[in-house]
Amino acid sequence: MTSIGTGYDLSASTYSPDGRIFQVEYANKAVENSGTAIGLRVKDGVVLAVEKLVHSKLLMPGSNRRIETIDKHIGMTTAGLLADGRHLADRARDEATGYRQTYRIPPPLKAVADRLGLYVQAYTLYSSVRPFGISTILAAVDKDGPELFVVEPSGVHYGYNGAAVGKGRQLAKTELEKLKFSELSTREAVFEAARIIYLVHDDAKDKEFELEISWIGAESSGLHEPVPADLFAEAERKAKEAIETFE
Amino acid sequence: MFRNTYDSDNTVFSPQGRLHQVEYALEAVKQGSAAVGLRSKTHSILLALKRSTGELASYQQKMFRIDDHIGIAIAGLTSDARVLSNFMRQQAMGERMLFNRPMPVNRIVSAIAEKAQVNTQEYGRRPYGVGFLVIGQDQSGPHLYEFSPSGISYEYYAMSIGARSQSAKTYLEKHYESFMDSNLEDLIRHGLHALRETLQQDKELTINNTSIGIVGPAGEHEKGVSAEGSFRILEGEKVDPYLKMMIPKETNEGAGRTAAAADPAPGDEDVQMAE
Amino acid sequence: MDHFPTNWGRPRNEKHDAYNTYPLHDRPYNGPKDSFAEGVQRTQQPIVTGTSVLAFKYKDGIMMAADNLASYGSLARFKDIQRLHPVGSYTVIGAGGDMSDFQYIQGMLEDLIIEEENTAADGHKLGPAEIHEYLSLVMYQRRSKLNPLWNSLLVGGFKDGQRFLAYVDLLGTTYTSSTIATGYGAYIAQPLLRKAVEGKEDLLTEEQAREIMEQSLRVLFYRDARSLNKFQIATITAAGATISESRTLKTEWAFAEGIRGYGAQVQ
Repeated sequence: MTSIGTGYDLSASTYSPDGRIFQVEYANKAVENSGTAIGLRVKDGVVLAVEKLVHSKLLMPGSNRRIETIDKHIGMTTAGLLADGRHLADRARDEATGYRQTYRIPPPLKAVADRLGLYVQAYTLYSSVRPFGISTILAAVDKDGPELFVVEPSGVHYGYNGAAVGKGRQLAKTELEKLKFSELSTREAVFEAARIIYLVHDDAKDKEFELEISWIGAESSGLHEPVPADLFAEAERKAKEAIETFE
Repeated sequence: MFRNTYDSDNTVFSPQGRLHQVEYALEAVKQGSAAVGLRSKTHSILLALKRSTGELASYQQKMFRIDDHIGIAIAGLTSDARVLSNFMRQQAMGERMLFNRPMPVNRIVSAIAEKAQVNTQEYGRRPYGVGFLVIGQDQSGPHLYEFSPSGISYEYYAMSIGARSQSAKTYLEKHYESFMDSNLEDLIRHGLHALRETLQQDKELTINNTSIGIVGPAGEHEKGVSAEGSFRILEGEKVDPYLKMMIPKETNEGAGRTAAAADPAPGDEDVQMAE
Repeated sequence: MDHFPTNWGRPRNEKHDAYNTYPLHDRPYNGPKDSFAEGVQRTQQPIVTGTSVLAFKYKDGIMMAADNLASYGSLARFKDIQRLHPVGSYTVIGAGGDMSDFQYIQGMLEDLIIEEENTAADGHKLGPAEIHEYLSLVMYQRRSKLNPLWNSLLVGGFKDGQRFLAYVDLLGTTYTSSTIATGYGAYIAQPLLRKAVEGKEDLLTEEQAREIMEQSLRVLFYRDARSLNKFQIATITAAGATISESRTLKTEWAFAEGIRGYGAQVQ
C-alpha cells in the first residue's frame, strides 16, 4: 500500500497530497473483514439478514444478536467492529427517541439515517477520534413505505433496494441484482435473503456461522422483529438445498 | 520505540483496519490470573485463581458481588475492575430504584461494554485493561457472560479468561455439552478441573488460592443460602469440600499436561475486535 | 433594543417622558419585565379534566372503567376522550385530573415501552408493578419540584399469574387495594365496590364483575355533575389487555314520586 509510511495516514484530520483520508479508508478495511450483512427492500416490507460468524462452540446459540431494533418499526445491522455497531445502535435509538419526543410520531427512516450520517461524519474530521469501523444497514417501514439505507464509515448514506456490506458483499450484490424487488413479497424476500447469506459464506476459509434474519412488514404488524421460528427454519432449509444445487 | 507506526494510539486504524491499542489491552487481560465460568440450567458459577505477591502478602481479590443476583470474576487490572464494578453496582441499584426489580443480566453487561467502547475511539483515553466473567440470574434463568476491553460482550455455556486460559478453554470445549444438566457439585468439579489446567507446572489448587462464586439454589455443602440463591463467594475452608471432590489429574486426563503447557498462540485470542 | 413592535415610533413612556427629554441611560423602562420579578408560578389547578376512574380485582384479573368526558370547568367540553390507556403488554392505566398532563404521561410511557420492550428485545418486559413504581417516582419527583402532574392514576395489570392494582396521584401518594376509585368515585363508588367485591376477588366472574362495574358507573353518573353516560371498560387478564368500545347505560329520569328517605318528609 502506497499510503504506509508516508505519515499521511495517521489521523482522520490529515489529507494525503492527492486528497484522500486514509484513516477512513482503513476503517473500511475493518468492515471488509466482518461477516456479511444484507438488506432487501421489497414491495411491501424490508428484510435484514446477517452471517454471524461463530468464533467458539461455547457460545450460546441464538444469543449475542447482530441485528438490533432502533424503534418499533426500524431495524439495523452492522458489519465491522462489533462494539462500534453497538455504539451506533445506541445513538440511533437516541435519535429516534428525540424525534418522537419532538413530533410525537414514529420517526421516518430518512430522518434517522440523516442524523446518523452526520454523527458518523463528525468522526472523520478530528485527530482526537477515529472513524467508525462499520457499515450500517438501516431498514424500516414508515409513512413512505419500505425504506432501506446504508451508512458508510465516511458518513455518506444512500437509499437502496438491495444492500450488502461486509466480507461477501461483492457476491451478495451480484445475487441481489438478479432480484425483482418491486415484485417480491416480504415473505419471499426472507427466502432470498437466507439463500444469499448461505451462498456468500465461505466454508473453506471461515468459521462456523449462524444465520440471523429479521423483517418489517404487514406480517409483523409493521414492527421490526426476528422472523418467526417456523419461517426461519424453512428459509434455512431451502437455503441449504439451493447451495447444494448451486455447487 | 513502538512495534509499528499504528500502535501508539487508540484513535488510529492500521492499514488492515486493526486497532493495535485495543489488541494490547486484550493482552493485559492475559496478564491476570485465570478465571473460569460455567452454567447449567439451574446455576451459574465462577472459579478463579488468586495470586499473592509473597508469603507475607494476602491473596488478591478476584471476585466481586454486584447485586444479590449478579457477581463477577476479573482478570487484568484490578483498579480498572473496581471502577467498572462500581458502575455496575450503580446500574443495578438504579434498576431497583426505578422499577423495583433486579436488573436483567444482559443489560448490565451491555452497559459496561458500551462504556468500554468509548475508550477505544477517543483520544487521551486507554481501553480498560480488564476482562470480566459475569454470572447472574434473572427472569430468564442463570447466565454467563464475558466482557472484554474491546467493548464486546458474549453469552457462553462456559468460558475462561486470564493467563493460560486457553488450556481451560480446551477442557471446557471437551465437556461443555454435559454442563446444562449437571448439578451444582458436578459443575464446580468441572470448573475446578478447568481452572487446574491454567496452573503452572509446580502449583496446585488450595483453599487459599481458589475462589468459587455461585448463583442458584444451595448445594449439598452449603448452609445459610437465601431462598433465591443469591450470589455468594466461597473462600478458605468453604472451598475444601469441592477441592476434595476433584479427580486427580493423572487418572483423569493423561493428555491434560501437554494441553496445559501450551501457551495460547498469539493469533488465538479470547475475543477479537471483529469476529 | 426594544423588541416589541407596538412600542416602536411611540413616545418612550407616554406618562413620564412624552417628549423624550430623559437622557438615554435613565429613561423609564417599559419593555418586557424580568419574568422572575414576581416569583415563578407553576400549575395551580388542572384545566381540562377527567373525573373518576374505577377498578377492582376479579377472578380472571383486573377490571377498570372510566367515562369519555373531558370537562373544561363545568362545561362538558370533549365527549370522546379515552381515559384508559394500554402500556406495554400487561398493563392498563386510567387517569382522572388534567388531561394534557395525562397525554404527556402517555407519551412518556410510550417512549419507555419502546426502550424497554421493543429495542431491548430481550424478553424482560415491564409488568404493572414496574410501571407503577416508575410512575410513582415520576409523580413524586414532580410534586417535589412543586410542579405536579395533576392526575390521579390507576395502574392495573396481569403478569406471571399475578393480578396487580394500585393508585398513584399528583402528590406521589401510592396505595394498593382490591377495589380503587379515584376522584368523586372515591366517595360514591368506592363504598359500593368494597361491599360488592371485598372477600370475593377470587370468585367474581367477568359477567358479575361487569354487572358491579356498570351499577357503580350508573350511580356515579346520577350523582357526579362532571360525568358522562358514555364509558369504556378494560379487562386485563392472562390473555392480555382489552379496552372496550364506548358504551352507554340505561338510566331513569322520571319524577321520583315513590322515593322516600330524603329531605323533610312527613311520612
